[in-house]
This record gives sequence, C-alpha cells and structure tokens, in this order.
Amino acid sequence: MSEQEKEQVIVIGGSEYVTTYTKKFINRKVWTDPNPNNVVSYIPGTILEIKVEEGQQVEEGEVILILEAMKMSNSVEMPFDGKVVKINVVKGQKIPKDYLMIEIEPTN
Amino acid sequence: MSLKRSILDLRKRKDEVRLGGGDKAIEKQVAQGKMTARQRIISIVDEGSFHEYDMFVEHVGTDFNMGNKVLAGDGVVIGTGTIDGSPICIYAQDFTVEGGSLGLMHARKITKIMDHALKMRMPLIGINDSGGARIQEGVNSLAGYGEIFFRNTLSSGVIPQISVILGPCAGGAVYSPALTDFVFVVENISKMFITGPAVIKSVLGEDITMEALGGARVHAETTGNAHFYALSENECFDQIKTLISYIPRSNSQKATKIEPREPKFKTKIENIVPADARMPYDIRDIIRSVTDGSEFFEIMELFAANIVIGFGRMNGETVGFVANQPMVLAGVLDCDSSDKAARFIRYCDAFNIPIVTLEDMPGYLPGVDQEHAGVIRHGAKILYAYSEATVPKITVIIRKAYGGGYIAMNSRHLRADFVFAWPTAEIAVMGPEGAANIVFRKEIAEAADPESMRQQKIQEYKDKFANPFVAASRGYIDEVIEPQETRNILLHALQVSANKDIQSPVKKHGIPPF
Repeated sequence: MSEQEKEQVIVIGGSEYVTTYTKKFINRKVWTDPNPNNVVSYIPGTILEIKVEEGQQVEEGEVILILEAMKMSNSVEMPFDGKVVKINVVKGQKIPKDYLMIEIEPTN
Repeated sequence: MSLKRSILDLRKRKDEVRLGGGDKAIEKQVAQGKMTARQRIISIVDEGSFHEYDMFVEHVGTDFNMGNKVLAGDGVVIGTGTIDGSPICIYAQDFTVEGGSLGLMHARKITKIMDHALKMRMPLIGINDSGGARIQEGVNSLAGYGEIFFRNTLSSGVIPQISVILGPCAGGAVYSPALTDFVFVVENISKMFITGPAVIKSVLGEDITMEALGGARVHAETTGNAHFYALSENECFDQIKTLISYIPRSNSQKATKIEPREPKFKTKIENIVPADARMPYDIRDIIRSVTDGSEFFEIMELFAANIVIGFGRMNGETVGFVANQPMVLAGVLDCDSSDKAARFIRYCDAFNIPIVTLEDMPGYLPGVDQEHAGVIRHGAKILYAYSEATVPKITVIIRKAYGGGYIAMNSRHLRADFVFAWPTAEIAVMGPEGAANIVFRKEIAEAADPESMRQQKIQEYKDKFANPFVAASRGYIDEVIEPQETRNILLHALQVSANKDIQSPVKKHGIPPF
C-alpha cells in the first residue's frame, strides 16, 4: 500500500478525522524559526568573493560576500553590527539554495 | 495541362505534404511511441470528416540557410471535422517537420483556425508536439506565439478550448495550453516546462530528469497544469471525445441532452456514509448514486484530491459537480482545492452548466506552509467563483459544514438557489470538540473532573448545534431531506431552475483574487 493510501488521522478544529494524506501534505516543509545569526543563500549560485575573515568585526550594511547567480552578481550585506564567527564557503564554490554560508553574531 | 493531368499533379503534391518530414522522421516519431500529427487527428474526429487547410503554406525564414529548406505545411496540420456529428476545429503540430518548431507561417496557420473556431462558435482542439520557437526565425516566432496566446484569451469563455500535450511543449509555447480550458497529458509522452533540465542544471546546479520535472504525472498530480491524465494516446483521445459529449459547443448553447437513465450504483445511498462521524467514505459513491447511469466524468482526479470536480448528467443534461472528499485530508479546503474548484465553477458558469455542490468538510487545512502559501487569497477564489456564478446552483450538505467552509461551499448566502441537508448534516461554527474547548473553557477548568465535564459539554454542543435544524430554523437550509430522496429532489430543483435569469450589477468585470 502506498504512503498515500495508508489511513491516517488529522485533527481539524479540535476534532479528529480518519482519512488519507496527499503526497504534498506528507512532503510539506515543516516550519522552523529562522536563526538571525545564520547568513543563508536565498538562491543557488557560485561564491565570487568573500570579503571578510573569521573573527572580523563588521558594521551593518557592509558587503561581506558576493554571490553570482542568474548571471548577476549579488552582494550579501551584514544585517547588523557584529562579528564573523565562521565561514563555511570558499571562493569558486557552487552552492544550492538555503546553504549556510556564514555564521555571525551581534556585538554586545 | 489537361484537367486530368492537373488533378494527378495535385494529388502528388498533397501526398508529398502528407509525408511531413519524410519516412525517416516518421519512423523516429513512431519509435518513441508517438503517433504522427495526421494519425492523431484522424483518431479523434469522426471517420471521413476531416478537411485539411493550408497544406501548401510555406515558411518565410531566410536566415541561417533556411531559404533552401522545404518544410511541409510549415510543420502544422490544421483543419475542421466533426466529433459525434458536432463540428470542431483542430490543429496538430508535426514533430517530423523541423521538430514541429513554430515559425511565423506555422503560427499564422494556427491563428487562422483559431479565428475560424471563434467566428463559427465551435470547440478548438490543439495538439501540441513541438520543439518550441524556431530560433532561425527569431522574433517572428515570438510574434507567432503572441498572436496565439491573445486569441486563446479572446476565445476564453466563448468556445471550449482543449490542449493535448503529445510531445514536448516547452518555454513560451507552454502558455497556450495554460490559457485553454482543459489540458490532456499522456504518460511518457507529454513534457511541459518553462526551462528544461539542461538550463536548470547549468544555472542553478539542480539535477532533475525531464520526466520528473515536467512529465505527465507531475502535471496531473503536483502542478495542477493538467486536467486529464492517460496512459496512452488512444486512451487520451477517448477522454477527449467523452469531454466533448458533455460540454456545449459554445457559450450561447446548452450541452447536448441525451436520453435520461436511472442510476445503477451497487450500494444504497443511505448506506454510504458511516455512522461514526470520524470515519471517511468516497464522495464519488454519492455522486454516482444520483447521476444518470451512475456515470461521472471526473476532472483533475490526481490533483488536490480533497475536492472532487467533474461532469455528470441529470435527466440527460450535463451538470457540473463540486464535492468535498472526506477520504483525502478529511475533505478540508486549502490552496490547491480552492484553486481547482474555483476554475471549474467559472467554467460551468461561462458555459451554462448548472452546478451541484455536495458538502462534507471540517474546515480549512491548518499549517504554516498553507498560511505562507496564501490560503487566504486562494481560499477567497472559491467564494468569488460561487458568488459570481449565475447558473443554477444547488447544494446538498451531506455531513460536516463548519465555519468559513460552510459559507464557501455554495451556501444560501452566496445566493445558492437551493440548499438541502441530510439529517446527518452538522452545520456549525466549528466541530463539537473545538467549540467545547472555547465556549465552555471556564466550566471545564473549574470542574471537579475536567475531562468528564469536557465530554459532557461536547455532548451538549453536539446535541444542540451539530445538526441541520438550527440553520433550517433561519431558512438558511431550504429542506432537510432523506438520503434516498436526493436524486429526485435534485432533478426537481434542476427542472424548476432551468430558466434562471439574473443580472449582475453592470461592470466591465470584477477583480477576482487571481
């Protein structure tokens, strides 16, 4: 019996119902709170240039990384005043979407 | 030249054109399990009814050595014929000729037959099997596509437009099927996508096969771009003929009426719904218990299966059915199902087909992915479609009708003409468990035994509200009926609504939550 044909239980408005799930429902993306200290790629592409080093203090708005995607170069900026904790990529690396490129932390 | 010689010459020319891209190209096509363009047309239309036009049209490309090439009919076959005696316009792209690529004259042939279909008010069937734009003709190919898309839109809601994807249909070309009413796909043969796997791999680094990206199953199940899915071209053609038999030729006509028949479903209608309100059943069993001959032609069976849409006949006339499916996700409404139902409702409204709604839904599907996907504006589509429709609208509430979904599924408030309810109907703001938790929160918290107090309150709520009579007391329900009366009551309601004539306030058009 396929995954979809299995009988499951779903709770709607506090009441339980016996039914089957759809493929989309089974494969749905489960929500996780985004971590503001994770600089994550929003599009697949190639790392063109890394402008910072681990341990470096960076101000809000400074460009920390340049990502080439869709034939355009995209500048990734520092979202707040802080420090670069860890760099997980190297120049020339091809990365997918949602890849954790740089880890930062705020200064205070 | 004598007449006799001219005729022989003419026949020779036509035979040459009919060879398309030549024997070798035809062999290649057949080897892939695909039929040729003309074979496909002949399989769909009534025997001997096909007349082809523009056989001798020549392409206009001169760049890239195209001037030396002879392309039979510029890669597309157009003509008129009949299906079951009903006239239709049909075109089929010929993959054996330059990959079926679209050049200016190829497009002009298609637009000629599209103009004809609109003028003469008859259905248009387009068989897509093309490599895409003919790059050698540059912007002329784009112009060709533009002219086709515009006409798809102009004819939308006036004549039925059907797209059959029997080969690749990629890039810009894929927008023509997207604009038509019904899209047919065939396993292993249909391929639809905007950017193909090769480009996706080079630009984004994502690896995927053509079949997994835009094959028939993907569109029938996941994207919702396809309405009918078949395992072979012949099965597909049968589906097309069945669809044509259900729908009218144009928006100024009604669909063909046939001899009325009694349903012959094996289970009695009163035995279909389980006594336990938690347990599911197949809503299509109820549909088949009321339609003529128990026949139901389902549309988009694999996509958003928590709602069921399709055509059936009542008293020999075509009726559109929209029904929640308790067997899948408890029949909830969500983004995809609202989309699916709304477009079908608008189709029925455009083509004078009455709509029967069978309701059994517990509410909207909860979840962050639903909310972030816009269940609000997608859910609004079904409200908009029902409110806007002026064809006879009849609802039968089978079991659950909770909250916003009660309103959305063609309630009296959206100007349904008749709303009936079975005795098992539960029309309430929410289910007993959820309601008890909110309304009686204080009593439950302060009770000596909260759990038994909770059960008591749930039962109280059930007895008082989980029935059709509260709604009936306000006239929101026209009649509470016994299950075995359903077919006769629907027949009567459809009969008395046959001459419905209402006007909407004058406006160019509304602004639906697209």
